[in-house]
Amino acid sequence: MVATVTRKSRTVIAGTLYRGHEGMWSWVLHRITGIAIYFFLLVHVLDTATLRISPEVYNGVLGAYKTPIMGLGEAGLVGAIVFHALNGLRIILVDATKWGTRLQRQMFYVVLVLWTLLMAGFLPRHLINVFTGGAE
Amino acid sequence: MRRLKLERVGWIFMRVSGFFLIALIFTHLIVNVMQDGGVHAIDFAFVAGKLANPMWQWFDVTLLWLALIHGTNGMRVVIEDYVYRVKLKRFLLGGLAVSTTMLIVLGTLVIFTLDPCPTGAAASLLPSFCTAG
Repeated sequence: MVATVTRKSRTVIAGTLYRGHEGMWSWVLHRITGIAIYFFLLVHVLDTATLRISPEVYNGVLGAYKTPIMGLGEAGLVGAIVFHALNGLRIILVDATKWGTRLQRQMFYVVLVLWTLLMAGFLPRHLINVFTGGAE
Repeated sequence: MRRLKLERVGWIFMRVSGFFLIALIFTHLIVNVMQDGGVHAIDFAFVAGKLANPMWQWFDVTLLWLALIHGTNGMRVVIEDYVYRVKLKRFLLGGLAVSTTMLIVLGTLVIFTLDPCPTGAAASLLPSFCTAG
């Protein structure tokens, strides 16, 4: 049974579903991060495949990842992956639970908070590795 | 109707694979990018040493297949959202299918056929167990 809830509506604008609210931004970010991760994945399978050529070639290719610029790129990549993962869980909850749609906005802020916490744990460690670890 | 069923399979696949990919990729990142020296610790000896273990072979091959199919289906949705010109769309979707098939075959072969101790390579570049015997 679905109860009809009547309350004083504060609807400001209508028109389309997506007008710059949390739902739209989470969708935009999910799409952009997904596309970015996909293109990295293509390159990553190819660079890993050079293992099969020789140890020298693989180590040479991997050397390209060990520069500060690539290190910053990796930070961005991990940020994209973490967002896509957390927002993906939000999407699963929206689809699979009765309360998901009602709380999708709150869950978007939970995603942002968890993203910040996870990145706060990852970034210092990664950046120290990138900027000090590479004396080779 | 058949089309609808396929879309439904894709929709379910994205949720199920996404759920498992979180565990797989976070493990992958912790083991490869966060342990020890992070990226700087990755070289042939480290990766070949990992892939000499059947557990990591199956882990990596599962990750490879799920990630590529998940990513490819996502790109398919993006292409279908934005590309209306029939020929261009067919070209992009065809290219996507070909590149994904090639990468899955290539990656699977690399994982299962990699020789961790190739003859003629300098011992210093190889996993330590190559010279232990």
